[in-house]
Amino acid sequence: MIEIKNLDFGYKYQPVFKNISLNFEKGNIYGLLGENGVGKTTLLKLISGLQKPTAGECLVDEVAPFKRLPETLQKNFFISEDFAIPEGTPINNIRELAPFYPNCNEAQFMELCKEMEVDPTHKFSELSFGQQKKCLIATALALNTDYLLLDEPTNGLDIPSKTLFRQVIAKHANENRTIIISTHQVKDVENLIDPIIILDHDEVLLKATFRAITDKLYFDYGTEKDDTALYSEMIPGGYVNVTRNPEGVDSKVSVEILFNTVMKNKETIKQLFG
Amino acid sequence: MEFNAHKPIYLQICDQLYGQILSGDLKADDRLLSVRDLGIELGVNPNTIMRSYETMTAAGIIYNKRGIGYFVAENAKELVLNEMKNEFINNELPQVIKKMKLLGITPEEFLKLAN
Repeated sequence: MIEIKNLDFGYKYQPVFKNISLNFEKGNIYGLLGENGVGKTTLLKLISGLQKPTAGECLVDEVAPFKRLPETLQKNFFISEDFAIPEGTPINNIRELAPFYPNCNEAQFMELCKEMEVDPTHKFSELSFGQQKKCLIATALALNTDYLLLDEPTNGLDIPSKTLFRQVIAKHANENRTIIISTHQVKDVENLIDPIIILDHDEVLLKATFRAITDKLYFDYGTEKDDTALYSEMIPGGYVNVTRNPEGVDSKVSVEILFNTVMKNKETIKQLFG
Repeated sequence: MEFNAHKPIYLQICDQLYGQILSGDLKADDRLLSVRDLGIELGVNPNTIMRSYETMTAAGIIYNKRGIGYFVAENAKELVLNEMKNEFINNELPQVIKKMKLLGITPEEFLKLAN
């Protein structure tokens, strides 16, 4: 489990988090959303031990990742959005990583590369950005870490690769693994992520499963604008109106519309889900 | 599978399986794909598939053999027909009626078309 308790963090001239608390339980594929600059990547860096909290705690299985103990580091893999391209070939890369990750499985890596349709015997520098990324995703999954942090994983992937990405993540998710996907490309992972976390400057606005979201909010796709709605947005063919859902009627969550609803009704949402 | 924009995904997954039950692709006592395998195929969170299977189990359309998987119930076809009929009456028909009123189509005119 990842426990973030009363955590403060800031860069030199820029405070990022003030007193945030948030847990990540195992067995879930979390979607981490938030506007530019709210600290999504920073949060992933704190969990990976790349940054140190200014105050409060960030614990991974009860150990502070910033201590950078081997037993903590071997449990976690982070693909950052601006990853450094490894030297040599993906296959050499995973062999170099293997000694640090006890559950690394090279056969599984080869299988993943086949599924993702990339050739791991070519040098990273000879692969396109999308292919590099797919090799890294294959690597990350084959290391079989308990924690997998992915920052904008679908950026740069072509359309078929996005489908493959969803399939390999669904395949490699399990009860012992915690996967956190930070993204703006909500449509790419809309049906994959659950629960959803929406971060704002200094606070967590929402952490809820799809089920909890549809229990509390109703997404009405109609032809007219509802002026009493928490949020309405024009879409081709009409409006989506998001209202409270006292009768518990089922509806389909559009994550983009949920996000806009949350940003426009911060206090109401915190109360509703708090 | 292309999801439709307005219906909860877990219900769309139910619909897909209902279609297979009605067409006979899935017969009584056939085993469904595991939650995991259907999740992989659709690239969908396992929680969502679980919710589809729970919904279908609650409706008696499928049943769970602990540790083995989910199977199509004996009278699934009948139940699915009922389920889909109710859904048509409760959700789709009101839309049709609304549109008929908007376009000024009378019940008489409709009957003529329907026959």
